[in-house]
Amino acid sequence: MRYAYFPGCSLHSTAKEYDLSTKAVAGTLGIELIEIPEWICCGATPAHITMHLLSLALPVKNLLLAKKMDSYEVATCCAACFNRLKVANHFMENDSVHRDKVNEIIGEQYSGEVKVRHFLDILINVFWLKNLSERIIKRLDNLKVACYYGCLLTRPGEVTQFDDVEEPHLMDDLMKILGVEPVDWPYKTECCGASFSLTKTDIVLKLSGDILQMAYDEGAQAIVVACPLCQSNLDLRQAMINKKFKKNFDMPILYFTQLVGLALGIDPLKLGLNKHIVNPLKLIKSVGVL
Amino acid sequence: MKIGVFVCHCGTNIAATVDVERVSQEAAKEPRVKFSTTYRYMCSDPGQNLIKEAVKKHHLDRIVIASCSPSLHEKTFRKCAEKAGVNPYLMEMANIREHCSWVHQDRVEATAKAIELIRLALAKVSRNKPLEYLYIPIEKKVLIIGGGIAGIQSAIDIAFANYPAVILEREPSIGGRMARFDKTFPTLDCAACILTPKMVTVSQSKHVTMHTYSEIEGVKGHVGDFTVTIRKKARSVDINKCTGCGACYNKCPVRVPSEFDMGLGKRTAIYIPFPQAVPNVPVIDRQNCLWFTKQKCGICKKICPFEAIDYDMQDEIIEEKFGAIIVASGFTQFNHAVYGEYGYGKYKDAITGLHFERMANSSGPTGGKIIRPSDGKEARDVVFIQCVGSRDEQKGLSYCSRLCCMYTAKHALLLKEHNKDAQAYVFYIDIRAAGKNYEEFVKKVQDEYGAVYLRGRVSRIFEKSGKLIVRGADTLSGAQIEIKADLVVLATGLVAQPDAPGLARMLHIPYDRNNLFTEAHPKLAPVETITSGVFLTGACQSPKDIPDTVATASAASVKALGLMVQDRLQREPLVAKVDAKTCSGCFACIQACSFTAIEEEEIEDKRLKKKRLIAKVLEGVCTGCGNCTAVCRMSAIDLEGFSNRQIMEEIEAL
Amino acid sequence: MKWFISHDTLRSLFQETLEKDCGEKVSHCYQCGKCSAGCPISFQMDYLPNQIMRMVQLGMEDQVLSSRTIWLCASCLTCTVRCPREIDIAEIMDYLRRRAYKKQVIPLEETEIPLFNKIFLRNIELFGRLYEMGLIGMFNLLSGEFFKDFSCAPKMFLKRKIGIFPHRAKNIREIRDIFKRSGKLAHSKKDRLLHPKLLFLNLFRKFIGKIEKLK
Repeated sequence: MRYAYFPGCSLHSTAKEYDLSTKAVAGTLGIELIEIPEWICCGATPAHITMHLLSLALPVKNLLLAKKMDSYEVATCCAACFNRLKVANHFMENDSVHRDKVNEIIGEQYSGEVKVRHFLDILINVFWLKNLSERIIKRLDNLKVACYYGCLLTRPGEVTQFDDVEEPHLMDDLMKILGVEPVDWPYKTECCGASFSLTKTDIVLKLSGDILQMAYDEGAQAIVVACPLCQSNLDLRQAMINKKFKKNFDMPILYFTQLVGLALGIDPLKLGLNKHIVNPLKLIKSVGVL
Repeated sequence: MKIGVFVCHCGTNIAATVDVERVSQEAAKEPRVKFSTTYRYMCSDPGQNLIKEAVKKHHLDRIVIASCSPSLHEKTFRKCAEKAGVNPYLMEMANIREHCSWVHQDRVEATAKAIELIRLALAKVSRNKPLEYLYIPIEKKVLIIGGGIAGIQSAIDIAFANYPAVILEREPSIGGRMARFDKTFPTLDCAACILTPKMVTVSQSKHVTMHTYSEIEGVKGHVGDFTVTIRKKARSVDINKCTGCGACYNKCPVRVPSEFDMGLGKRTAIYIPFPQAVPNVPVIDRQNCLWFTKQKCGICKKICPFEAIDYDMQDEIIEEKFGAIIVASGFTQFNHAVYGEYGYGKYKDAITGLHFERMANSSGPTGGKIIRPSDGKEARDVVFIQCVGSRDEQKGLSYCSRLCCMYTAKHALLLKEHNKDAQAYVFYIDIRAAGKNYEEFVKKVQDEYGAVYLRGRVSRIFEKSGKLIVRGADTLSGAQIEIKADLVVLATGLVAQPDAPGLARMLHIPYDRNNLFTEAHPKLAPVETITSGVFLTGACQSPKDIPDTVATASAASVKALGLMVQDRLQREPLVAKVDAKTCSGCFACIQACSFTAIEEEEIEDKRLKKKRLIAKVLEGVCTGCGNCTAVCRMSAIDLEGFSNRQIMEEIEAL
Repeated sequence: MKWFISHDTLRSLFQETLEKDCGEKVSHCYQCGKCSAGCPISFQMDYLPNQIMRMVQLGMEDQVLSSRTIWLCASCLTCTVRCPREIDIAEIMDYLRRRAYKKQVIPLEETEIPLFNKIFLRNIELFGRLYEMGLIGMFNLLSGEFFKDFSCAPKMFLKRKIGIFPHRAKNIREIRDIFKRSGKLAHSKKDRLLHPKLLFLNLFRKFIGKIEKLK
């Protein structure tokens, strides 16, 4: 199993622990992730809001870099990057007008031949849950989490072709294998405010606050995410949410890869568990993993 | 041969684009044409008289009428020719309206084309042969498929005219959906009170036979002579011995969810679906009966004083003949489990309108209490969501199901009547209340029963602390709304029965992309189909409420009775004919015929001095589609009225 | 009365242009309101998404492009996946924003998001990958919120979640070419949003706001 790895900007800065844990898990499981050399930003939300062609050209540039590595599958962890790469591929495959324009901008020929997979999808549908369960060293029993998918991982369904649009379950399935109990909660795909983190912080505080509240009400001890934007909104902003809405949430926001890593017996520091703003180590100790 | 050409102006419909006078003059120059003229409206009485007089005066023996499409006036002019003393099949029409004046603008070119079309018709008519009408006998019995209110009303109407009717119903009792309703809008009559008398009328009528717990297996034949295969499923109870005493189901130990009560109540394994069932004879559900699953129990057989229980009963296949068929197969509910945003159908307290009907019914499973199925507590805040499945191209149907607005209003009213403290919230997109007293009813529900109407579709439902959180919007005020509901009632749309396409293929009737049966004409033949002798009523054609269903049922009955009262059926002689001498007996035609109108026939070949098999067309069944003539390699089959010679002559005249 | 819809407005080709350019049939919208019902941001919007669709149908281009709604859309696609008429509402919002950029009709009270997008793209154009420090610093500077999120900074540094120096891409020339060829707007050097006058206006407005708060 070999993939061209596209970490995306966040995984090299605010979401370093996601990058660390992904690589650690992949390494343990023998999934080879080779970082695309000289990859560039996918353009994220600002690109598709501002310039349609640019929002396609930037991901396509990365996909072409991956193609040159002789790798026809790209693995990515960031839900936003995953979404942009998938959307670009969708256009390059199905829309000849846009394909020609983008190829002209890039100066190369591309028509959507590089497959894009989220690391969650790789773990579940390529590595298979059954194989994973055989590799587990420590079951993470006594832990109750809310799996939070966010908006960009599953939507739009016909482009991402990832999981159920309204009630995704892949992360929940994964958690069950690790021994973690996922709560059945209704906010799996509610929006956290995403790209408004800097610009419209008030909106982010309200939306992320609602998500934390719902997870808390449904009895979750932590929220598990697959998107660095969701993580930073829920983790970094948690203190501000507490201040603004007079709450005292102490809800660790973990990446699914970190929990998989723990179950595989990887050292918590190698999984970046010390890098969270809301410290998850207390919780992890309390359930007896450490 | 003396041909007369009659060119119609059709007011300005033809004359504005085609120079009819010139057309007439040009036609007169054609060989064999003895007379040619024009008239403003050839189909009018004076127009027809003009034809008759011209035939008499000029001794015409063939007629060409240049006017509109044959589908409009062929019958008119055939009759006219007959009255003028010319064989009706020696008349041909040249369609210079739909095929010419309506689709062209250039007068010169249109005129030239009209002349050309008349030349074709002249060529064809010169090869026409006089034909005689065919007559076929009629089986004086009507089959009604479906025993809901549509089928029941049709049976009553046909029986009233003293003709026999047979109801075929797949459930153990007739009554259909209406039997499950509590009240009916807008008058709030109790559904059972107005339906059961009709069910009793049917069961007591000497003209009506009921095949309940039966399914249709096949249909052969044609108008006047349908042969229908019916599977009478094994009821395990002898319908002739049973008196309906109820001893069996009172003692049956099995309890399973009742289909009739939408799973809200329980029934036994030997059961009648509801107390007023007709026939009042139980049926054994073999999937759940202990005798059939474990060879145990057998209480019902022991207890039955009339020895009516028969565990060894087998399905019975019968064949019956009918002259006409009324299709009243009804509808089913849209399955809302496709809505992920509404919980994929997993929330127990998100029910459908039919569930609500059963709950509101005082003899229903909850005794008339509107409860939450999850915990049995009485519901206070009830959200009604309209257009679930309807008007939704993404997940459901493109059409409006037409009655949900009304039944939701009725439910909102019933809720208040059953529980004074309850509050109804109705999410709607548009209120469609276009029936007699319908709008007034909806207004009453809003004004007097305090139902809060909110204009917007609901985006999400989810469960939280025992309540259903409903997220919607009111687009009129431009606000988002969140309601903590005890119960959500989804007004699911009406859809065709899942096996509707199969039935349609059996009956040779068309159906649309929603699997609803297609009427012969949406305005002028709403209960007929293009297959003569097959009529439609009720929601199998399109969603209909009870008044409309009853109206179409009576309409379909009249159409069927119109056939019953005739001694014999006149049919057009435009059927295929086999030339026994040239037919080689390959029977490619039998394969090609979609109406099973061709059989094998043994003849004595005098030339070969031996017996051999050839094809034979059943004139009564043949529809004159021409499929067989196209596949016949020996050109042994010819279609009367459209013979190969006629068509070739037309082509050569081009 | 909020507006008067003139005959000319109704006859304008706004809807046709939009349908042609972004391929989404706004004319399909029958105003069921499901988009507005599910929109997570609608509590902040001046018009609900369904109202925007209606305004497009009626040709009210000026009102739509100067609305706050189009900027507040978070592109979460909830509306798109639930629209019963299969309209990609989020894509229409994208289109409207792009059109607003092109026509330079950004509402003064909603400059943060367009400004952020521009700075973000400029950042990518310069470094190839996102330089967070640069982005945050630049945004705070230009939006007048100098000390925004200051409290978060120490934690971020301590956890080494944010770098002080930008990544230096080797293929920066290629990246700049992509930006250049993608169209005028992508190349953000000469943008009106970054015009000193507008920036000054913005800062001034923020300053007044701060003073009023203090009062």
